[in-house]
Amino acid sequence: MAYRTHLMVCTGTACVSCGSFNIKKLLEEEIKKQGLDKEVLVVGTGCQGFCAKGPIVVVQPEDIFYQLLSPEDIPYLVEEHFLKGRPVKKMMYTPPGEKIQIPTVSEIGFFSKQRLIALRNKGLIDAEKIDDYIGRDGYNALIKVLTSMTSEDIIKEIKNSGLRGRGGAGFPTGLKWEICKNSKGNPKYIICNADEGDPGAYMDRSIVESDPHAVIEGMLIGAKAIGAQEGFVYIRSEYPLAIHRLEIAIEQAREYGLLGKDILDKGFDFDLQIKQGAGAFVCGEETSLIHSIEGISPEPSQRPPFPAESGLWGQPTNINNVQTWANVPRIILRGADWFAGIGTEKSKGTKVFSLVGKINNTGLVEVPMGITLREIIYDIGGGIPGGKKFKGVQIGGPSGGVVPASLIDLPVDYEKLTEVGSMMGSGGMVVVDEDTCMVDLAKYFLDFTSDESCGKCVSCREGSSAMLEILTRITEGKGKEGDIEFLEELGQAVKDASQCGLGQTLPNPVLSTIANFRDEYEAHIKDKKCPAHVCKALINFHIDPDKCTGCTVCAKNCPADAISGNRKEPHIIDQDKCIKCGICYTVCKFDSINVE
Amino acid sequence: MPKLNIKDLEEIRKKVRKATLLREGISNAKITVHMGTCGIAAGARAIMNAIIKVVEESGRDDIIVTTSGCAGFCSREPMATVELKGETPVKYGDLTEDKIKKIFSEHVLQGKIVEEYALAIGSEREP
Repeated sequence: MAYRTHLMVCTGTACVSCGSFNIKKLLEEEIKKQGLDKEVLVVGTGCQGFCAKGPIVVVQPEDIFYQLLSPEDIPYLVEEHFLKGRPVKKMMYTPPGEKIQIPTVSEIGFFSKQRLIALRNKGLIDAEKIDDYIGRDGYNALIKVLTSMTSEDIIKEIKNSGLRGRGGAGFPTGLKWEICKNSKGNPKYIICNADEGDPGAYMDRSIVESDPHAVIEGMLIGAKAIGAQEGFVYIRSEYPLAIHRLEIAIEQAREYGLLGKDILDKGFDFDLQIKQGAGAFVCGEETSLIHSIEGISPEPSQRPPFPAESGLWGQPTNINNVQTWANVPRIILRGADWFAGIGTEKSKGTKVFSLVGKINNTGLVEVPMGITLREIIYDIGGGIPGGKKFKGVQIGGPSGGVVPASLIDLPVDYEKLTEVGSMMGSGGMVVVDEDTCMVDLAKYFLDFTSDESCGKCVSCREGSSAMLEILTRITEGKGKEGDIEFLEELGQAVKDASQCGLGQTLPNPVLSTIANFRDEYEAHIKDKKCPAHVCKALINFHIDPDKCTGCTVCAKNCPADAISGNRKEPHIIDQDKCIKCGICYTVCKFDSINVE
Repeated sequence: MPKLNIKDLEEIRKKVRKATLLREGISNAKITVHMGTCGIAAGARAIMNAIIKVVEESGRDDIIVTTSGCAGFCSREPMATVELKGETPVKYGDLTEDKIKKIFSEHVLQGKIVEEYALAIGSEREP
């Protein structure tokens, strides 16, 4: 008998870490206990995007969204909703600052403003079942290219769609394919770059986890266009769930003969294997990635020759990012005009961003190119927690730059972001508020890149360390006149003299924070003050004797025994002992601790 | 599973599509069984199973079967509401499996309200 209700349980990595496998198991047990197991089907899906609210369950066909579920909620939920038909309000979503719950997915702003292409199957299919993907038009585009399109037709379609590389640089995908197709040499290879390394970015992981067949189908189409018979998915071993689901997907596609020899009896051969990377940031750079697959040290090579001419083992090789591949089947199926109708003049389609940092609705969002930052941060992201002031957003991770609050109405596309000193990057969006120190933020990213520099180019290796040293000095109150100018000059030199994208972009967080928040740098250097009260060397905690009631809570909680005073009399902080942990500030009920 | 050809793939697609379409909330008709304590006591579960069975037998994949709480008219349970797309919902009461068959074939499939079993046409509104 058919099921009347499907419970779509999010089992993306974020929800899994909140216990969603257990929630799924408990749902299945409880549904069986109530005798509903012939009517209600429990489905594990990939990431549904609203990671801040996990574990998540969506009830279909009613479209009801349950969030933040705990194991104790399940018996009640099953009895009330699935047995008695009464949806449970208290487990539904309430927007920040409001009191009334929103029952359905389609009414929640976080979902309703999104436009899905790469993530179109999120929450709708079980990623471990190829049939679920097939049921959603899966492998239909493959049929189309194998029965009615030549290589030239496919490339023309992708070119006309305006699809550009979603890994960050935005190179036109159709052109990339054409160059590789026209290169002399056989065999040719195609590679999927799933070496997502930016702190705070997890778009590619989620696509592989929620819809691995979309990536496989995209690669099949690319292979047909380019004339490749072998492909690789290069994915970091830190993504075990994504690798697991991809392995299952490849296995199932092979069983169905969708990978292998004579696919769909159309005389086309292609097979795919997974290469696990050790998680080095530089391996996201395509020549380093190729070296890593070859089994040699992953240092970048000089381009040209580009991989399209001489790539893996010296053969013509085409590399695209996960998200780029996932877009391909939809473009083939719905046509270039449909895709080109979405977005801006030069940036077509949609882009997936991971929205993280100081934002209410942390999660994964797919939006049309050209959407404003304001819509992403307020309408979808639900604004900044705790009523704090929005200060900026770091786009493109350690290679990108900060877009300040004054540019909140900026339409997001490749060109506009580059114009303001940031970049699209792979799509990490780290939102910062008034409590974030911009010097400290730049230092964080430089700490990351100086660690991840492969060391081949002096400019990158030494330049990043030198910049980090200066930034560290500034945050410790030892900044000197001229530091800012030197950072600017050194940053430009590192950009100019480095061979690959890592070195060429690593100064961006520093340069863009200087450009937009120079006054904060100056406050650190000249006034020895950290305006956001983050840099410990530059802040002091004091007790306001007029407000202090002598309740002793701060003294009891101070881990350094730095606070003294008699009961019911104002307390004082011994500055020599104070470690500036901020605990007294947090625990004081009378607002009597000041930070300077 | 042997290697597929295009026809096999299309068949899988058709079969899976039918079973999973309800996840997309696309429907032309919705049948809601009222499953309050009163409804369950009066046999609403058997009614729901009968509905699921006739829907399945019809081969239609655009009909949603769902549940809701007590409809407030407890003496006439088991009850169900039939809502065709764009039309006024109709509540049926004192249901039996035979009545379900008739309601399904006449109202759901042909759009003719079965007046002899209907309790009310339209829904209560918020003031």
